[in-house]
Amino acid sequence: MAQWEAVIGLEVHVELKTNTKIFCHSSTEFGGDPNTHVCPVCLGLPGVLPVLNKKVLEYAVKAGLALNCKIAPFSKFDRKNYYYPDLPKNYQISQYDLPIAEHGYLDIEVDGRTKRIGITRLHMEEDAGKLVHQGTIMTTPYSLVDYNRTGVPLIEIVSEPDMRSPEEAKAYLEKLKAIIQYTGVSDCKMQEGSLRCDANISVRPVGSTEFGTKTEIKNMNSFKALQKALEYEMQRQIEVLEDGGRIIQETRTWDEAKGVTVSMRSKEEAHDYRYFPDPDLVPVVMDPEWVEEIRESLPELPDARKRRYVEQYGLPEYDAMVLTLTKEMADYFEEVLEGYPQPKTVSNWMMGDFSRLLNANQVEITSCKVSPAQLAELLKLIDKGTISGKIAKSVLEDMVETGKAPAEIVEEKGLVQISDEGELSRIIDEVIANNPKSVEDYRSGKKKAMGFLVGQTMKATKGKANPALVNKLLSEKLQ
Amino acid sequence: MISKKDVEHVALLARLELKEEEKEMYTRQLNDILKYAHKLQQLNTEDVTPTAHVLPIKNVFREDQVGDHLPNEKALANAPDKEGNYIKVPKIM
Amino acid sequence: MSLNRMTAHELHELMLKKEVSAVEITNAVYSRIDEVEEKVKAYITITKEQALETARRVDEKIAAGEQVSPLAGIPIAIKDNICTNGVKTTCASKILYNFVPPYDATVMNKLNARHAVMVGKTNMDEFAMGSSTENSAFHTTRNPWDTERVPGGSSGGSAAAVAAGECIVALGSDTGGSIRQPAAFCGVVGMKPTYGAVSRYGLVAFASSLDQIGPFTKDVTDCALVLDAICGHDPLDSTSVKYQHPDYTQYLQNDVRGLKIGVPKEYMAEGLDPKMRRVIEEAIVTFSNLGAVVEETSLPHTEYALAAYYLIAPAEASSNLARYDGVRYGYRNVEADNVLEMFMKSRSEGFGDEVKRRIMLGTYALSAGYYDAYYNKALKVRTLIKQDFDKAFEKYDLLLSPTTPGPAFKVGENTADPVQMYLQDIFTLSVNLAGIPGISIPCGFVDGLPAGLQLMGKPFSEGTLLRAAYTFEQNTEFNRQCPAF
Repeated sequence: MAQWEAVIGLEVHVELKTNTKIFCHSSTEFGGDPNTHVCPVCLGLPGVLPVLNKKVLEYAVKAGLALNCKIAPFSKFDRKNYYYPDLPKNYQISQYDLPIAEHGYLDIEVDGRTKRIGITRLHMEEDAGKLVHQGTIMTTPYSLVDYNRTGVPLIEIVSEPDMRSPEEAKAYLEKLKAIIQYTGVSDCKMQEGSLRCDANISVRPVGSTEFGTKTEIKNMNSFKALQKALEYEMQRQIEVLEDGGRIIQETRTWDEAKGVTVSMRSKEEAHDYRYFPDPDLVPVVMDPEWVEEIRESLPELPDARKRRYVEQYGLPEYDAMVLTLTKEMADYFEEVLEGYPQPKTVSNWMMGDFSRLLNANQVEITSCKVSPAQLAELLKLIDKGTISGKIAKSVLEDMVETGKAPAEIVEEKGLVQISDEGELSRIIDEVIANNPKSVEDYRSGKKKAMGFLVGQTMKATKGKANPALVNKLLSEKLQ
Repeated sequence: MISKKDVEHVALLARLELKEEEKEMYTRQLNDILKYAHKLQQLNTEDVTPTAHVLPIKNVFREDQVGDHLPNEKALANAPDKEGNYIKVPKIM
Repeated sequence: MSLNRMTAHELHELMLKKEVSAVEITNAVYSRIDEVEEKVKAYITITKEQALETARRVDEKIAAGEQVSPLAGIPIAIKDNICTNGVKTTCASKILYNFVPPYDATVMNKLNARHAVMVGKTNMDEFAMGSSTENSAFHTTRNPWDTERVPGGSSGGSAAAVAAGECIVALGSDTGGSIRQPAAFCGVVGMKPTYGAVSRYGLVAFASSLDQIGPFTKDVTDCALVLDAICGHDPLDSTSVKYQHPDYTQYLQNDVRGLKIGVPKEYMAEGLDPKMRRVIEEAIVTFSNLGAVVEETSLPHTEYALAAYYLIAPAEASSNLARYDGVRYGYRNVEADNVLEMFMKSRSEGFGDEVKRRIMLGTYALSAGYYDAYYNKALKVRTLIKQDFDKAFEKYDLLLSPTTPGPAFKVGENTADPVQMYLQDIFTLSVNLAGIPGISIPCGFVDGLPAGLQLMGKPFSEGTLLRAAYTFEQNTEFNRQCPAF
């Protein structure tokens, strides 16, 4: 049986975080009452005209530069004509043959190897409105239209068909999201729809250089969904081909609940968008000086930051990659370092217990109650011997829940480590007295018995005994 | 030559429902017009740049400042059908 | 002379001298409307109450000794494709039969700031597509010189209203001749300014790269006054030019000595009514006698202009008119069971034949496989046409031609054959393709019907056009003649 590989390209839409819409002064704020963030222009009333928001151009260029694109010296807007009730003018202002940025790339890491994925183009366009159905679009008796989102600025980023597996596609999207978030031009929240992804996928026998017939997959609302949908679709295509069938070029939608891709009812008409230059908008001619200004305003991007973490902090590649995956995580990490300058220890805590707690509580690092300074303080308490590492984990749990300072929690719950020699000595004497068998074992050479005795001591102190001191005292007493 | 089938296709693209006699009329008339327009093909325009904008204007921008919104009742005042804050349309499918 | 027959500048003088009030002028206009509107049918909507309110405010200002603009208290008619806040704006289409804009076009803001008195909204060819006003969904406007005949179009209502004395001045829009042609047919002055001189914000788009708002007036002085009021850069229109326009009245000089005027031979050729030719030749003699240098010149790509225009304008229109779908405003077929059906039925029932024809043509010209052969080809030919003008203006200050091939035709005469109707625009539409200004002024009569003389200039040479037009007007009597009815 032949070995198959996938050929995947992604089209990603990102909502830009501007105050106003791309062509009018209406607010882009998420979640207003329906049809209240609208004006004559974004409602497409007769007679209105678009004027480009300068910030949109700046952000698009910024994103383009962050993705290593060439910024077009001359760019223009075109109309993409199609009818849909969420599209007030029944055309979308977009960019067709002269996008603002082209020929970029980003690097992904899969299975420890770095791979470069090409970015064909990045262009600006306006978002459509929102349709509200009762139940699903198929069963609703009628639909309601909200134009608040109409005209919110988008950039569409089209990749080359360079990905060969669903994992690579997921890695690409994660990296793309990281880079865009770093630039600050978008929140990239998949749940709120500020990051949306469609995929083109085909399969071919490994070693073949030709492309198979592709399908377009829509409605993948998380990274996990992207990977699962592509895995499913890849398998589906392989099965069709192995059964001697043919792939139909079509759009399929990912049904998250059923875990399958479904053919969207074949539309009666083929798409013919009748692109032509929008006569209401004038060309954009980028001033090279402005492009340089924007380039200089770019923050340190994930790859550079990762390199720095390896070189400056001596972190392993893996730690550096995980910590820099989101700007928030990396910023947090560096703030903790300010109060507690031991990178590897901080990294271990952040990648381990802290991340686990955030996930379990379903909070983002930015909305987490624990400040970086508090986390640093917690680590200092361990160093000072005030609490043990084990106690610290339970203190962190409390911190995530309550936002209280670690010292306060330690105080309230009486978790201060017992480091008083006299007190510990007394407790150990009791432990020795109560466990003559183990003491004998130890003395007869079964060194493992020491562990049991330490454990008994910890148990007797509810975990508060200073472990180093317990070891020292026990060794002395058992000599 | 534009055929009746072309006319039907174009009418669908343009969201126009044509009666039989309209289809025939438009087929005839569009052919007349396109026949007239065909004279453009006589001109060699190989090295000519198309003029989409007649004036050399470029880089017209607005600042990113929020302005007045239409109140909901004004935004919906002309809508043929509405429900609450929304405009209502028949089912999509 | 009755007040409604006077010009804006004459009325302004009388108001300042307190010999007449704005309310009296407004009432005179409405009396005239009561008298003749039944026959002319220039208007779709009359806004009398609002007009009298504005007129009263102007009278108060004058009484209080406040400075008022030359258009304060002047009754002005507005073509019904210019959005007026709170006043129905239909584009003479069933699909917008009840549309009330919640905003004002920029030109309306400018007129309102100057306290011009809006009389009403004028009839037109549906969405400005036509040359006779017969394509209005509501009624056909008649030519005041002969009510058997059309007033021209698409701004036929505005032209007829000025000619019939149903307003003092008017605004129209011109995409391929829609101001100049009806001005010529109705014996008034009409100007299409340079593309980008007047904001298009609030003008319901027909063909965005060609549309421009402009004035209809009884004389050239009023034309300068209205132009002064409506020109200027608008941040709401990306295609509006950042240009500090001069005071146009300073160009009202009776002097064309040394002015170089070219007469493109292609405009005096086949298709031109011989009687019209004679009238134009007389006008040429007048200019020569007044000291202008008039020579024959050539715009070699003229014969391709009509074909290019009738691909570009419908292509843009097919997209501009996509928004009329029954969702947000205007006519909706309420029986449709789903959205696609609602779109199809609302649009089919809401648009008239000519609009549908152009939407079909434009959709076809942009569709896959035809874009290069039709639309893009037309844009290239547009370049050649523009270059013709650029070259001519290296030598000439102005170009002169007839505005139309003949005088006003009869109602129904050209409705059967679209191409025949399109030929009406043959002398006017190149000006739109090139984006340059053009003015039509009365220059004589053909069989008792007014004839129009077109002057064309380089971009932003409105001043030169006004100077030449003013000089011609001062030395002839044509603009002082009114329809007898």
